Amino acid sequence: MSEATAIEIYDQKIYRQWGLLDEEYNLILKLIGRKPNYTETGLFSVMWSEHCSYKNSKSLLKKFPNSGENILQGPGEGAGIIDIGDDKAVVFKAESHNHPSAVEPYEGAATGVGGIIRDIFSMGATPIANLNSLRFGEIKDSKTQYLISEVVSGIGGYGNCIGIPTVGGDINFDKTYQSNPLVNAMCVGVMDISKIQQGRATGVSNEIVYVGAKTGRDGIHGATFASDEFADDKETQRSAVQVGDPFMEKLLMDACIELINEHSDWIVGIQDMGAAGLVSSTAEMAAKSNTGLILDLSKVPQSELAMTPYEIMLSESQERMAICVKKDNVKEVIELFKKYDLDAVSIGEVTENRDYVLIHNDKKVADIPVKALIDDVPTVTREQKMPKRIEEFKNQSQYIPEVKDLKTTIKEVLKQPTIASKQSLYKTYDSQVKTNTIVKPGSDAAVVHVPNTNKALSMTTDCNSRYIYLDPKIGGEIAVAEAARNIVASGAKPLGITDCLNYGNPEKPEIYWEFAQSVEGIAQACREFNTPVISGNVSLYNESNDQAIYPSPMIGMVGLIDDLKKVTTQSFKKDCDLIYLIGETKDDYSGSEIQKLLTGDISGALNFDMQSEINNQNLVSKLIDNNLIASAHDLSEGGLITGLLEAAFDNNLGFNVELDMTDAQLFSESQSRFIVTVSSDNKEEFEKMANDKTYLIGKVIDNKKVNIKTKDSEVQFSIDEVKDDWVGAIPCLMK
Amino acid sequence: MKFAVIVFPGSNCDEDLYKAINLYTDEDVEYVNYKETSLEKFDAVLIPGGFSYGDYLRSGALAKFAPIMKAIKEFAKEKKPIVGICNGFQILTEAGLLPGSLIRNEKMQFVCDTVDLNVVNKDTKFTSKYAGKETIQLPVAHGEGNYYCDEETLNKLKKNKQIVFTYKENVNGSVDNIAGITNEDGNILGMMPHPERAMDALFGGVDGIHLFKSLINNR
Repeated sequence: MSEATAIEIYDQKIYRQWGLLDEEYNLILKLIGRKPNYTETGLFSVMWSEHCSYKNSKSLLKKFPNSGENILQGPGEGAGIIDIGDDKAVVFKAESHNHPSAVEPYEGAATGVGGIIRDIFSMGATPIANLNSLRFGEIKDSKTQYLISEVVSGIGGYGNCIGIPTVGGDINFDKTYQSNPLVNAMCVGVMDISKIQQGRATGVSNEIVYVGAKTGRDGIHGATFASDEFADDKETQRSAVQVGDPFMEKLLMDACIELINEHSDWIVGIQDMGAAGLVSSTAEMAAKSNTGLILDLSKVPQSELAMTPYEIMLSESQERMAICVKKDNVKEVIELFKKYDLDAVSIGEVTENRDYVLIHNDKKVADIPVKALIDDVPTVTREQKMPKRIEEFKNQSQYIPEVKDLKTTIKEVLKQPTIASKQSLYKTYDSQVKTNTIVKPGSDAAVVHVPNTNKALSMTTDCNSRYIYLDPKIGGEIAVAEAARNIVASGAKPLGITDCLNYGNPEKPEIYWEFAQSVEGIAQACREFNTPVISGNVSLYNESNDQAIYPSPMIGMVGLIDDLKKVTTQSFKKDCDLIYLIGETKDDYSGSEIQKLLTGDISGALNFDMQSEINNQNLVSKLIDNNLIASAHDLSEGGLITGLLEAAFDNNLGFNVELDMTDAQLFSESQSRFIVTVSSDNKEEFEKMANDKTYLIGKVIDNKKVNIKTKDSEVQFSIDEVKDDWVGAIPCLMK
Repeated sequence: MKFAVIVFPGSNCDEDLYKAINLYTDEDVEYVNYKETSLEKFDAVLIPGGFSYGDYLRSGALAKFAPIMKAIKEFAKEKKPIVGICNGFQILTEAGLLPGSLIRNEKMQFVCDTVDLNVVNKDTKFTSKYAGKETIQLPVAHGEGNYYCDEETLNKLKKNKQIVFTYKENVNGSVDNIAGITNEDGNILGMMPHPERAMDALFGGVDGIHLFKSLINNR
């Protein structure tokens, strides 16, 4: 099959099939002064896709704070970097792999994990933990069950094999994700500050060395594919999904870390070949360095015969890196990779003239200014329109749930998939390999030791998209606040965030409004908590047959525990410890689990006070610093009763509580609340430090009994009875 | 005493084993690359968990052809101690140094958890320090840890007291709940649970310490 000529592409508007708009193509004509050939049009179509260029989102992302005194690297590189003292830094980033996971869930999820790991070690860091944030449709649906089991297997299959512990994350279910699941993977690494690498290609005649797996036809046009909506008649998009090989990546990771740690003087820059593969990695390196490149594609290791320049450049084969190597050290670098049985080939060199030139079989097949490819992408300012529902939600009177039988309702809430234990899923992930994991999955935040220090990192992913659907701005603030609450409860101080901004089609004004509003809320909260956005990614067009997902900006937050003694867990510790509730409980049921359970849908306005949030978080931090509490747990979905039971389940302890609340208020999702337990020896000192929103509500008991007294009723049951509901719900629904 | 931690391509618990000896005992430890051919300077060999050769073909099936395996077999013949953990256990059965084999978990899923184990035989050079302890807790993390052997082998294992650890609750479908066995001579131990992940209360418990201490004590 022969490729279309430049004239045919122009005449027949073939570029449209690759996602380029007429106005974008016309701009390209102007930028390069001629009609681009087939390969060149392909390069533009992927580099100008939303996935690579952020053309729809750039103007909004500018609102995020992304600097600070300890921020060593903000957005724009493989991952962001934050100084954590002791000459060490934490490196983290999250990335979505939604579209591939919808089509081929195992490989989509696996390569999502593989891709984010490469981003971390390309900065020079050693990955120490993986997290993932997943959204699926209602679990009763058999297609959803298939997606869940394949996505979870894919995440485990990759992470377990490469030997990086999967320590945390979150999973929620809602009908809007039915055909468009979200798979967001996050990776955290640590490094010596002196070893920081960037994706640079400087120094004329320095060489570009290709390392890792061979290039095949998998994943061609993955980036463009990720920038489009799904429709049932497009179910044949399977060929755009990549295939992962964690064993290969383990070798590649070990080799790159050895190269960076022991021979950083040999190299100029290193970059992962992620979305849009070879073109994106190399062109970005040149763009950031104000240089040009000449690459000979015949030298690229290939796993299939007769690949065209277009296919070689756009392939998204996994486990590949591009390294700019000083011209005198190319031999040594190639030898180092050989030791790991990896391909390493010099495929070209840095040039002075800022042009991106490709040679194939001794013929020039592309010659484009680097700037045109990377920097001249026209940004799009989209129309915004507030969806009608928002006004309705704001004017609605507060919904008050009617709890007829407290015990039955508690059992029902615990069985809701979003509340129920996810252990049947996360126990298929190796959460302990590398023996740094202090707090495993199932807690507010995971805690991982920073090797060779007395410090630990606390990490979490969070996003209650129901809140964001009701009010994107306040919902965005809550997403960050809740992540910070998780981090604080573990004994850490928040350092910064990464995000995966998942939305529907930005060409629809209502969707773009949701996007803009939630970014506004997140940015505002990040300023309040002093947690700059240091990395992240945007995933748009999450729609299926014209139905958009709930706006779902996932927040991945990392915090620092400066002394291992401060590590705090959510579980009740011992008999007679006093239970305190910090924060006020009001009638907040909009978007709550109880509303969803009793009415089948969500609606209403949200309530959030940033100052109370900050006060309560600071109080918990101070209490932990002063060693006054035995456990701390943040309250979120499912309210106070869910939080109390979760804290009791871990060590099979019971509790007595007496509450000045209605039955319904046990399920209220008022923000900014924690439950903490305090040993009776510390009661006096604790109460001296506590604020006027701290309430003694009961105590821990060691006989597995739960006694609850509210303004409306009094119930008793055993922990075992409700724990079975909580643990068994998801396995039961998955059958 | 000098420990060797063998590193195959794809091993991923090598660091954990190295740390277990280096940080929690007074003994020496060194990594040994799979391309090496001698283990002369070592007193004990540790084969780590992970996914050697990406589990291609079967877990452990390719590692048995690695250059270091000849030296490991020599080491075994000299009755020196060898411990294979998780993928290390799989490699030892594939190499014929331990009887039986490890197949897919009964539920076809990877399992990561902390489990209760019975210390069935405390008279081995790997378990003598567990005297007085009936039950210990160790982490497991594997997808192919379902121990299988035929009736005749099982009877032999029982008769020779080669069964060292059993699961209190069978997590993977193993025959007779078997979690760890030795060879007939008692110098080779293979086990699916990870003692090297239980060296510190902060990380995963402390019940792994006695295994390495036993080995050091019985040198």
